[in-house]
Amino acid sequence: MDEPRSFHLPEREPAQNSAGIVFDKVEKHFGSLVALKNVSLEVGGGEFVALLGANGAGKTTLLRIAAHLMKPTSGSVTITGAMTSRSRESGNAKRFIGFVGHSTLLYDELSAEENLRLFAELYSLEDARERVANSLVACGLASRAGSLVRTFSRGMRQRMAIARALLHEPRLLLLDEPAAGLDRQGLGWFGSTLERLRNGGCTVVMSTHARNESLDLATRAVLLAGGRIERDSGRGGDPGVLLAELRSFQSAEA
Amino acid sequence: MKGRIALAFAAAALMVFAGYAALYIAPDEKTMHAIQRIFYFHVPSAICAFVAFFVVFIANFAYLGTRQQKWDWLGVAGAEVGVACSTIVLITGPIWAHPVWGVWWTWDARLTSTFVLWLLYTAYLLLRGFLEDPQRKATFSAVFGIFAFLDVPLVYFSNRLWRTQHPQPVILGGSNSGLDPMMGKVLLISFVGVLCLMAMLIADRYRLERLRWEYEELRFRAESRAAEEGAKAPRAAAEMR
Amino acid sequence: MTTARAATILLGKELQLEFRTRELLTTTVIFALVVVVLFSFAFEPTAAESRRYGPGLLWIAFLFAGSLMLNPSFAREQANETLDALRMAPIAPFAILLGKMLANFIFLAMAEAILVPVFAVLYNVSFSGVAGRLIFVLALGTFGLVITGTVFSAISAHARMRELLLPLLLLPILTPLLIASVEATASLLVDQPELDRTWVAFLAGFDIVFLTASWLMCDYLLEE
Repeated sequence: MDEPRSFHLPEREPAQNSAGIVFDKVEKHFGSLVALKNVSLEVGGGEFVALLGANGAGKTTLLRIAAHLMKPTSGSVTITGAMTSRSRESGNAKRFIGFVGHSTLLYDELSAEENLRLFAELYSLEDARERVANSLVACGLASRAGSLVRTFSRGMRQRMAIARALLHEPRLLLLDEPAAGLDRQGLGWFGSTLERLRNGGCTVVMSTHARNESLDLATRAVLLAGGRIERDSGRGGDPGVLLAELRSFQSAEA
Repeated sequence: MKGRIALAFAAAALMVFAGYAALYIAPDEKTMHAIQRIFYFHVPSAICAFVAFFVVFIANFAYLGTRQQKWDWLGVAGAEVGVACSTIVLITGPIWAHPVWGVWWTWDARLTSTFVLWLLYTAYLLLRGFLEDPQRKATFSAVFGIFAFLDVPLVYFSNRLWRTQHPQPVILGGSNSGLDPMMGKVLLISFVGVLCLMAMLIADRYRLERLRWEYEELRFRAESRAAEEGAKAPRAAAEMR
Repeated sequence: MTTARAATILLGKELQLEFRTRELLTTTVIFALVVVVLFSFAFEPTAAESRRYGPGLLWIAFLFAGSLMLNPSFAREQANETLDALRMAPIAPFAILLGKMLANFIFLAMAEAILVPVFAVLYNVSFSGVAGRLIFVLALGTFGLVITGTVFSAISAHARMRELLLPLLLLPILTPLLIASVEATASLLVDQPELDRTWVAFLAGFDIVFLTASWLMCDYLLEE
């Protein structure tokens, strides 16, 4: 795929059970380093936001704050949505969030099945065994269900990491360079899974600094630079322009 | 600035006076004679160590509550001065003990507890040395500091309880029982002097930590600005082509 | 999900991990045995001396073995940043800490279960008739060790020289626990053994104080 297709998705009514996220004047300081400066962003239910920017622009920091792994130095982050309004505190909003980060968040010394079982229990999922089995089949790792994650290849581990994030059927998916390390089979599965989620009304915020097929699914593009939001194609806008620039942006870096 | 100079002068004046008083004004003690005079610095140092560690406790609490860096500066200042005071106690104690009891050290309740106290806050300072991230350093040392302070009464109590079960070889004839009024006055002067000295040292150490922090911040900003300038140059050159 | 339930799930995970590798348990037991044997080189224990110094030796062996064994608890979570996964799960942060405390307690208890009989044999000390009360004292003391040790392992996991730092932080804090445990154990080895109520109450107090402190401060321990 050379040019990203620019197409307009019909403005969809967000599903009743969708979740969104609101960043209000978020700042994050690490000592003297200012990683995020005055970031305000409103992501509504059902949107698919492509978070763009060079390394060090603040994408990872923003996503980690959204996942409630970090607290902002100032400002606030709120998970919105019909189903979360009653349980707005971060404790229960966590149930609706899925996160894929730089590390796999898996226990090397446990098997694939044991890892997923653990998280199924922690998220109080019903039919845990069935869900875990289905998840492993879907990502193509059913044959290795009993093998320790330590023995998996990089691509398989990344597939597991994504499977782990999706296990509890989150309504808000936060992905930090999720395609990194995926093999061809994994990429295919990932792309079709994302599309299915997007169609189901799941809200996705995906960061990337390189060209990625899944970007075609994006309904919005936000460019971060130096900890600030530089460009935003806006809700209902056309992300194509920004995405096309991603290419030239990339080659300028090279 | 003026306050600091005034405090420094007060501390110096009081300490000189206290030293003179301890050596010449205070009456000679019946049994121990000259060596007993060390008591005028030994006891105030012990009390000031506690005061300093209490300051650390407050600072730790305040840091965790407000996340303002200044409480962390106060914490480390208090801890360092507290350890210094405890060191003085642990050194003057044996100096006093040797001629009086015949031994340099004995594991009686008070000495043992003071030693553990010294170890606790030395550990606090060492912990800070091994943590690099400034925010983590402040948070974790605050948590440890609170644990340490909660431990202090437990240390003293357990040592007391233990030592009364095992009677010690020498009995400390309560140094405060039946104190000559003149001795009491000299002790008070000396106590105020050491307290002033302690306050001055904490204030100065706090200021030092604050300056260090500001310096790091300035240096970081200068470095990142230099890095930005350096990165701009080749880009500007590329655009011109 | 209640904190207790989450802690139990995490306890299961810790046990699963440990029994897969078994590194921790074997190393702890061997190390404690080495300490016990080394002490015998320091002095030749007669029966009376064994009863006098025995409890002290035993608890020092537990302390040293324990402080070595506590580091991996949080260090293990750093390999793939699995702690992040736990923090994101909809469970109370204290459940993470509690799960590890319980796991560490079980591991140390297993080591003690081997050590105490071996010690009894090597030093000619008889625990017959006081086994139940001894287990009670061991449990209280071990719990205190594990509570503070787990908290400090969370701290030292982020520091340099963590193997050295953990004992450095832990042992001064534990001196009251050591005194109380040794005295309580010693009270069971005399001719007319009777559990010393004061020391047992002190141990219980120590455990409660630090468990409460851990609960109050667990957010600060787990934050990024």
